[in-house]
Formats: sequence, structure tokens, C-alpha cells
Amino acid sequence: MKILVPVKKVIDHTVKIRVKTDATGVETQGVKMSINPFDEIAIEEAVRLKERSIAHEVIIVTIGLETHQDILRQALALGADRAILVTAESATMLEEFDSLDIAQILKLIALKETPDLVIMGKQAIDDDCNQTGQMLAALLGWPQATFASQVTIESGIADVAREIDGGIERMAFQMPGVITTDLRLNQPRYASLPNLMKAKQKPIGTMKMSELNYTPRQRIVTQTVFNPPKRQSGQTLSSVSELTQRLFETLSPSS
Amino acid sequence: MKALVIAEIDKHSLKQATFSCLAAAQKLATTVDLMVFAPVDHALHTYDFRGWSNVILVENITCETHLTAEAMTETILSQASTYDSILFPATMFGKNIAPRVAAQLNVGQISDVIDIESSDSFTRPIYAGNALAKVTSSDTVKIITIRTTAFSPIAESGPSSKKLTCPFLMEKWQKRVWVEKREGTQNLRPELSTAKVVVAGGRALGSAENFQLVEKLADIFEGAIGASRAAVDAGYAPNDYQVGQTGKVVAPELYIAIGISGAIQHIAGMKDSRIIVAINNDPDAPICQIADYTFIGDLFKVVPELIHELTTRKRYG
Repeated sequence: MKILVPVKKVIDHTVKIRVKTDATGVETQGVKMSINPFDEIAIEEAVRLKERSIAHEVIIVTIGLETHQDILRQALALGADRAILVTAESATMLEEFDSLDIAQILKLIALKETPDLVIMGKQAIDDDCNQTGQMLAALLGWPQATFASQVTIESGIADVAREIDGGIERMAFQMPGVITTDLRLNQPRYASLPNLMKAKQKPIGTMKMSELNYTPRQRIVTQTVFNPPKRQSGQTLSSVSELTQRLFETLSPSS
Repeated sequence: MKALVIAEIDKHSLKQATFSCLAAAQKLATTVDLMVFAPVDHALHTYDFRGWSNVILVENITCETHLTAEAMTETILSQASTYDSILFPATMFGKNIAPRVAAQLNVGQISDVIDIESSDSFTRPIYAGNALAKVTSSDTVKIITIRTTAFSPIAESGPSSKKLTCPFLMEKWQKRVWVEKREGTQNLRPELSTAKVVVAGGRALGSAENFQLVEKLADIFEGAIGASRAAVDAGYAPNDYQVGQTGKVVAPELYIAIGISGAIQHIAGMKDSRIIVAINNDPDAPICQIADYTFIGDLFKVVPELIHELTTRKRYG
């Protein structure tokens, strides 16, 4: 079984983001970038399936710039076999892709690589869209299992526990299909130094966007990015009875 | 302009999220239809449609385990051609289906909309709500998920409503994908995303037993219970209690955060609450920067005292 894991390079989740003064976006210059945390969970799940001999190959793909090789090396150090980098012509072009553009490009990669399973993060922590996995499944005509917290593969069937609004849903689909990962699917490992060294030998195939014959739509366009309204800072209370009083005031209809 | 809203339901009712979506849809269209994926008889006898005038009930849903994203998408697509926009609540339910519908229509999706400026311009949070983006869409059909806390639900609109039906298209998918079962969290409390009061606990609670302190406090307010990711990961609370960037987004009248430091991912899910109270032993915790009232102290002392005072005042006050 072959698993394709699409990943995205995002501002590290520990960084406090700053909106650019010209309101065109968020400052990324000199800011620490990492693999989207949900994608790390996807890599981990794929690698574990390989370690249990359920999968025989784990392929990472990202759509980015030449400089995105670093996250592919990182993914390879975590145990993936090889990686594909699809490069956009420019950083501006990359920023303008909407989720459907990304899903269309991933579809072309999936048709080339014919994986049995795509495992990917449920959302990227930059645009918080939560769309690409479902879109890719739809474009391929495949079933999907989103927000997975447990995955079991047996005789061509993926059994998935999904985190839903009121609890857990257990569902299954016949592969091929797309799984998107939720937080509790696994705890990703750290790459060891020897594995980081070994990852340097693993192959990364690069192709230009233009070679894929896909023209981006870019129909959902970000016009401005701005700071949300700030909350007024509050007051520190010193006694439980004062706190009780405030709680009563908050909930009484006259307030 | 015509819009379609996909209803969020449970066994007993159309959820509040549905009525918020209808309110959002009214900003986009003069005619708004509501599609409900529930057995027709059950829906007619059980649900309060608040007099909404255009309801489409999906026929032949014999078992809720047939309700997969794939089959619901096919059904929605069979009705999609007359609509300028299709709206879903930005809940796990809506997020699962909406992108599938969008991709099959070859249009983009606008996620988590908090404001609608015009029929093609929307505001949505990015980076866990640490920034807002105004986006435009040039697609002919707009597929939108609605941050339901940002739109007041519609009120009762009339005594009767017109019901249409459409067939449930599951044949193509039923052998390829199926739901085995849904394990609901036992919960007699108000729904977390719409409760007036939410009491939430974090890692500092230390154990599932201690988490009962949160429950006791919530009992006093007849409130819902929330949890930080750390508390859920540690097994103190079930997954559907999680409030935050990737969990539930809440905006109650009162949010009490107990032993929650306030990672940006958590704050993303509750910062629109009207009044925030933080009980924490660390005055530098990020939650204290956004709280209206902060109490610095040991939660194991403060919370029992608070429960005692509140109960006494409630009884005699």
C-alpha cells in the first residue's frame, strides 16, 4: 500500500503573528516556519502504518518554493521514503492559490502516483480553512474520513474514528480514500540526528507548476488583513465574595 | 438571489446553528430554503421550524448511518442548480460536507464567515483569530460556512411553513463508505456552542476526578462544560468539550476559565465571550490579559469557596 501525505509550510504555531502595516497579509519575513502541526500528525500516522508493514511507501508532497525543501527533508527524517516539491513561479503566486487550486494540483499528483490512501492535516493553522482534504476526495471521486482520531486498515478497508460535534463517529470506507487528521490521532515523534543525516540521501523530485498544465483559478482573493478588535484589559479581584458578586451582576438581567 | 441552508440537527431539534445560518443567509438572498437531512415523519413531528417558509425534507433516509458526507453531497448537488449561495454552519458537520460540495461545483469555499459585507465580500478569521481577512469571491455560486456565534439566530417567522421533498441519493456511495455508529458523549447539559454560561477547565485540574469541580460550578449556572486541549489530551474531559481553534468556538454571556493558561489556540475559541473570568495561579498567564475579571489563587481553594458562596447566595439571596 502506498500513502501520499501532502504537507504545508506555515508560520510556527508558537510564533505570535504580526499583521503587515500595508494590510496585505501577515509578516513572514524572518519568522520561524514549520510543517503545519496537523500535517506532522499525518506523516506520523503514515510512517506508523509503514512500520507495521501495512504500507510499503510513504510519499510527501508540498506545493511551494525552492525554499520549501527544508520541510520535505524534515518529513523524510521522520520516516517518509521520498518527497515531491511542486514549485510555484513566485511567492506572490503561491499566496494567491485558494484551497481548490491546491486540491486540483494534489489531484494531478495523486493521479500520477496512484496512492491507496492520502493522509493529510484537517486544516492549516495559517488560513484555518479546513477544505483541501475534502476537496481532493471530491475531485478524485474518492470517499473521505475527516477529523480522524483513530485509523485501522484491514483488507482494503479503512476504519476510522472521527471527532464530531457530539462525540465520536465510527465509519469505514473502501480504499482508495482521503483521511484528514485531528489532534488526538497520534503524538508525532521528533526526528533524531542520525535520521536527519539519512534524510539527506532520500530523493526529492521537483517539478514546476507549469509542467502540470494547471492554470490556477485564484477566485477567492484576500483583499485586506487587519487586527481583530482588542479586548479591554480587566480587573483583578482579591476576594471570593467580590468574584461571587461580579458573577451575579454578569448574569442578572439588568446588567 | 436565492440561498440554500443545510440544517444542523440532532435527534430532538434543529440546532441553534441552523437558525444562525438562516440569519446569515438572509443577508445574501431574498429567498432562503432550508434542507434537512432527517427522516421526513420524524422531522415533521419533532422539529420546530420556527415557521420558516421553505423547507426541503430529504426523503428515504431510513437509517442515520447512511448519512455520509458523500451521499449528502450528491443530494445537495441534485438541488444546487437554482441557488446563488449554499450555506453550512462551520461545525464539524458543515466543515465535513461543504468543501466536497464546492469542489464538485468547481468553486471555492469561504470558511468561518463572521461578517457578510455584500454578496461577494466576506470577513473571516485567520491564524486562530489573531487576524481577520476580508476576502472576495468571483465564483458564480458561493459555498460558505458560517461562524454561528457571529450571527443572531432568526426568531419565529410565522405559524406555518411549506414543505418540499427531494430524494436522498446514497446508491452511488453506500458500498464504498458507511457509518458504523455514533458514540455520543452523555450530556444533559446545554449545548456547548450555544450555552449562556460555559465553565471550562484546563490542565491545572490535574485529573478527571478533579475535573468534577468544573462540573459542579457549571451545575450552579446550568451551564455547559468546556476544556482546553491539554485537559482533553490528558483524558480529563471528552474530545467534544474542547474549545479553541480546532475545537468548538463559543461566545457565551459568561465564560469561566479555571486553570487554563490561555494558549492562542484556546483563546481563538472563546475570546468573543461577553464576560470572561479567569481563575489562575499565574498572574502572567495569557488568559489574564483578556479576562474581564481575574482571580489569582489556588483553584482547589478558590473554586470550592466560590461554589459554596454561590450556592448560599442562590438559596438566600
